[in-house]
Amino acid sequence: MFIKLVIRNAFRHRLRTALTMLGIVIAVLAFGLLQTVVDAWSAGVNAASSTRLVTRNAISLVFSLPITYEDKIRQVPGVKMVSRANWFGGIYIDKRNFFPQFAVDGSEYLGLYPEYRIPPEQLKAFLLDRKGCVVGRKLADTYGWKLGDVIPLRGTIFPGNWEFVVQAIFEGADAGTNDSQLFFHWDYLNESLKKSAPRRANQVGVFVLGISDPDAAAQTSRAVDAMFKNSLAETLTETEKAFQLGFFSMTEAIVAAIRIVSLVIIVIIMAVMANTMAMAARERMPEYATLKVLGFRPGYLGGLMLGESIFIALAAGALGMLFTVPLVRMFGNAMAKLFPVFQLSAHTVVLQLAAVALVGVVAAVVPSWRASRVVIAQGLRAIG
Amino acid sequence: MPIPLSYVARNLAARKVTTALTAGGLALVVYVFATVLMLDEGLRKTLVDTGSWDNVLVIRRASETEVQSGVDREQAAVVASQPEIAIAGGGARMVSKETVVLISLNKRGSEKPSNVVIRGVGPQAALLRPQVKIVEGRMFRPGSSEIIAGRSIAGRFAGAGIGERLRFGLRDWTVVGLFDAGGSGFDSEIWGDCDQLMQAFRRNAYSSVIFRLVDADAFDAVKARLEADPRLTVGAKRETVYYAEQSEQLSAFIRYLGITLSVIFSSGAIIGAMITMYASVATRTGEIGTLRALGFRRRSILWAFLLESLLMGALGGAAGIALASLMQWVSFSTTNFQTFSELAFSFTLTGKIVAQSMIFALVMGLLGGFLPASRAARLKIVDALRAA
Repeated sequence: MFIKLVIRNAFRHRLRTALTMLGIVIAVLAFGLLQTVVDAWSAGVNAASSTRLVTRNAISLVFSLPITYEDKIRQVPGVKMVSRANWFGGIYIDKRNFFPQFAVDGSEYLGLYPEYRIPPEQLKAFLLDRKGCVVGRKLADTYGWKLGDVIPLRGTIFPGNWEFVVQAIFEGADAGTNDSQLFFHWDYLNESLKKSAPRRANQVGVFVLGISDPDAAAQTSRAVDAMFKNSLAETLTETEKAFQLGFFSMTEAIVAAIRIVSLVIIVIIMAVMANTMAMAARERMPEYATLKVLGFRPGYLGGLMLGESIFIALAAGALGMLFTVPLVRMFGNAMAKLFPVFQLSAHTVVLQLAAVALVGVVAAVVPSWRASRVVIAQGLRAIG
Repeated sequence: MPIPLSYVARNLAARKVTTALTAGGLALVVYVFATVLMLDEGLRKTLVDTGSWDNVLVIRRASETEVQSGVDREQAAVVASQPEIAIAGGGARMVSKETVVLISLNKRGSEKPSNVVIRGVGPQAALLRPQVKIVEGRMFRPGSSEIIAGRSIAGRFAGAGIGERLRFGLRDWTVVGLFDAGGSGFDSEIWGDCDQLMQAFRRNAYSSVIFRLVDADAFDAVKARLEADPRLTVGAKRETVYYAEQSEQLSAFIRYLGITLSVIFSSGAIIGAMITMYASVATRTGEIGTLRALGFRRRSILWAFLLESLLMGALGGAAGIALASLMQWVSFSTTNFQTFSELAFSFTLTGKIVAQSMIFALVMGLLGGFLPASRAARLKIVDALRAA
């Protein structure tokens, strides 16, 4: 009886309920999308491995480290593997086509990142070709690159026109892997620099350290940094997660703004929903008075209102969540260049659910209170 | 004969809660819309104010920013000897060879690092940027390990306040002064002696050479000569153009994100307005019938309801703009993707933004009110009166 009344009431004003539900669907979609954007922003942090450390110049990433450090770092207890990477920052045809490019020492670096899956014969081809490069699947699909294609890049940090041959395409081990990157041989970069700018040769952007025991990460980091204390290039070693968090925190003001804005949409829809419920309560005062005369308790009347509100909110919320899945996929494809990893998380869906439940409850607070407190004589008088 | 405006306004006043909730929803959308425009305007203004039209910035060809660039001493000397360079009062040539690097500093009260621009400048640097003024302490002494920090940096980053020390390049650097650069990008920088910084960073090349033109129109000639000179591998840009380009991506990002959000959010608010207006029509069916019977035309009824909705939009718009104008006291600081360094800017409200926000609010009101108003206008007199 209670449930039946709630549902009947919800669909009494079909147009109004439909509009309210549409509003909630849009709000849930927008909220889900914004949460996913925030997640995508921190994708690098989530993909970080606890068995990798990153050593950079203590002043900032703009400064490099001498290649000679590599052998010294290798001797630090707990360090299993050492690899190097230089940010290349080249431009592919136009500035808008941004994607990360790194000069790395092929076999070691890729050994440290098992999540970049490369077919063995392609890996071999890459290692044998000094001008070869490895690109991620998404990147290859975005620009239509195939094995054997030549990719021209215009250097900004390292002047000149550079050409790389696609020798391998890697697939991400899971959806959280960034497969929008390009790797090429550090030796190729270094040999070129020896000719064009000898002072800048034999320099490394960051060293990536593979460690055997994640619990000893802090100890190993300190040991590495202590070794280069008071040298011309002091180092800062941190876990890959902390390193990625550093990038994330640089733009945290924007992330904070997006978070605030995603709350604003919830408040907007709360106002819309509260309005709908307030109107419903106002119109139905005579009915509630009648019900009260028949002996229904105030709690029952308030419950009717609350139930209706929650029912509408949850039904619309479910629809919204259903549509979020294709929307996120579409948005992810459209924004592939900006967000290499863009996927809906379970966390987001839970938040969406919590948000609509909250909207349903808050919107009904005042109307259900009024419904339960209706004074019989006044309510009936309105019938005339 | 039109229906009097007071009738319209009183209808809104009669249902206070509903009007407040609907206008509140509209106000929040307008707030987001206006805030985004203000942020974009603030960013643009900050970077426009940073450059001067008659200053020329020379960096290595193909580099996008000063940080990426390197101009060695020989090339810098050639650039600094161009005949178009203005001469200052004391007879000094208005040219500054500078070194620009990023240092990673932790934000105050947290372990979160961000990159801050540190600029090594020569004695002429202040002449080229008249907006930079020391507001506390004093200028650094040339040849010493002293630095001065921009207003936005000093409060935000650990060790950048006056009297504090920063350690980099095997030395301790004392902050001896704070400068105010009139809300330009220099407010987010630290300045020190160019030669000392190059020594500390073991650099042998400058990052950029900046000079003032005697005649702003001479730019094209200087640019052509510098870029054709076989001894040089540099590119020249007007300082204003250079700084405008630095904000392109961040500005586009803020604008796209903001407009997309506003459009999505506005549909929520429009639906809210629609619900309210449909209810307004439904509860007043009898009144509408009476008005029609008295001789008011369908057009007048349509107008009355549209006006009611527009008025609600205007209410929401005014509240939203008022809310957004409070943001002018908040400053915003983030890393600019293009320069990879921290940049502080503020929300800037202009007359244009107020107008745009108000139009946005009215359009939302119009869209929300149109269908309900046309339903009201289409009611038949007999049916409407019977409903009463």
